[in-house]
Amino acid sequence: MTAILAKPAVPASVAPHDDDMVICVRGLRNQFGEQVVHEHLDLDVRRGEILGVVGGSGTGKSVLLRSIIGLQTPSAGEVTVFGEQMLGREETEARNVRRRWGVLFQNGALFSTLTVAENVQVPLREYYRRLDATLLDEIAGYKIAMSGLGPEAGPKYPSELSGGMRKRAALARALSLDPELLFLDEPTAGLDPIGAAAFDSLIKSLKDILGLTVFLITHDLDTLYAICDRVAVIADRKVVAVGTIPELLALDQPWIQEYFNGPRGRTAAKGAETLHEEAEERASRAAPPAVQADARG
Amino acid sequence: MSGADFTNDNGVLRFRGVLTLARLGDVADRVAAIDGRPTAIDLSGLERIDTVGAWIVHRLVRDNDIPVEGADANTARLLEQVAAADQPVKVRPDKTPSFVRVLKQIGDAVCTAGHTLIGLTGFFGATLIAAWGVIRHPRRFRYNAVARQFEVVGVEALAIVGLMSFLIGVVIAQQGAIQLRQFGAEVFAINLIGRITFRELGVLMTAIMVAGRSGSAFAAQIGSMRLAEEVDAMRTIGVSPMEALVLPRVLATVLLMPLLGFYASLLALLGGGLFTWISLDIPPITFITRIREVVPLTDVLTGLIKAPVFGLIIAMAGCFQGMQVEGSAEAVGLRTTSAVVQSIFLVIIINAVFAVFFASIGWV
Repeated sequence: MTAILAKPAVPASVAPHDDDMVICVRGLRNQFGEQVVHEHLDLDVRRGEILGVVGGSGTGKSVLLRSIIGLQTPSAGEVTVFGEQMLGREETEARNVRRRWGVLFQNGALFSTLTVAENVQVPLREYYRRLDATLLDEIAGYKIAMSGLGPEAGPKYPSELSGGMRKRAALARALSLDPELLFLDEPTAGLDPIGAAAFDSLIKSLKDILGLTVFLITHDLDTLYAICDRVAVIADRKVVAVGTIPELLALDQPWIQEYFNGPRGRTAAKGAETLHEEAEERASRAAPPAVQADARG
Repeated sequence: MSGADFTNDNGVLRFRGVLTLARLGDVADRVAAIDGRPTAIDLSGLERIDTVGAWIVHRLVRDNDIPVEGADANTARLLEQVAAADQPVKVRPDKTPSFVRVLKQIGDAVCTAGHTLIGLTGFFGATLIAAWGVIRHPRRFRYNAVARQFEVVGVEALAIVGLMSFLIGVVIAQQGAIQLRQFGAEVFAINLIGRITFRELGVLMTAIMVAGRSGSAFAAQIGSMRLAEEVDAMRTIGVSPMEALVLPRVLATVLLMPLLGFYASLLALLGGGLFTWISLDIPPITFITRIREVVPLTDVLTGLIKAPVFGLIIAMAGCFQGMQVEGSAEAVGLRTTSAVVQSIFLVIIINAVFAVFFASIGWV
């Protein structure tokens, strides 16, 4: 697997139909008035991977996310999710794709008039009306526990939660339909390092167990090193490179070099190395994997 | 892929197919309705399972303490994960009896009303202190902010207040004329218009309009500033929010309400005059002469004295409610509503007090 430096101005080709591609973006163009945010942007997300999306502030990471999940209609281009064309779809058809993904918005976007448990149940009630109340409550209960919230969080309202708890509650809601694909918009922004690390390992373990594909927008270098299988770099209005971090480091692209080799990037790399060594040490001592503890953390 | 299904094989529950949320079908109900205690669970026929399926299996295992057979590595891990998440999580708030709940609501409402009254009085005091501070240090007075509020509260309200008053003048003249015609005293409609607009309606309707336009805006603006921690930022920089936010708004509303009220009365007269001219054939000159005869100066003064008080109430309620915003954006909406309701309510009460007062000092 080698990193691909995107060729400039690739013509919008037809999205390949491939079961291993969960998301396929071709020739995407987004424009707000005079300002062009994306042009000829191509991106593939493979099944079962965690793809990190990085880029400077204002390079349109969130706009890309919104284009994929259908909140923003691009000026041109094609977006395919699970092999289904997403642009210009009927609402009823789009629902079938929508129930296979979960989205974690940057600020949680929990419904403020509903409790955490009710928030988690909203997608379930919307798509599976026949589920009985006991099962609904039980599902909400274990999703809340799985996302690492304490047992007293269920009946609370979002305004009563701290920032980190709100993120976890929002993750519980994003996971409520057991999605195959998870969109995370800066999941660790605003969390303390302990909370952020716990969130990282939570996502990693959920991905391993549930076989999730994760589309992750982040500024957090630690998150990139810790959990991302591949990283896509957005610059100059398109995805300039996709690959593992060592592959990206081998590229001669000024922004990438500055990003990963800046003081913060080097610290994060060192931290990731130490973590790796610790993990290997633990494995060599034949201790059982710490997946469960992490997930509850 | 086939939907989820299971068979009860002498107590051994054999699941097969895709045991996921989307393909669950009636499995959950049927599992709940099994007769007798199952002895084992066989998952070897499963094609796929998700957490909801795992939860249903886990529930059976937990309740009956039975072994699971034929689970592959991933399914086993998923079951472990779900079991780990099976903690006593509270999903619903504790239920209270409805009688207690009603009592609690009444109690809460009384407490809120009391707190609001005390808070509003305290806020009035704080505004006076801020005003005194500005009087002692006139350089701290914010001319620009006040001028801006003059524009927002006064100039931008001219069109809507004017139109409203004009139409109310027309309606009063028309309804008055219809009733007075029965006595052949249509001309007295002019008395009605003149006295009621200057004394009551001009100022009162303006107050209601300003409460709806500006009182709500004050609450919403200051409320969203509170949410975005702008008010806290002001405090830490050393800018007093009372001086920077509240005082200009209060001052602008207090000073502009008499002007707006007088302007509203004039436009109501215009509407009434136009109606009597067109409909009752009373020429404008007669209308004006008659107004000067029947409307005493005290009527105009009554309106002008009431107006700044109304303005003060509206600005106080708006700014106070804005400053009370906490938590979520929902609070901004609730506080804005309370600001409008409270200011209109208080304006009408104070108006009644004024009516009694002016009557007793002989301004009738």
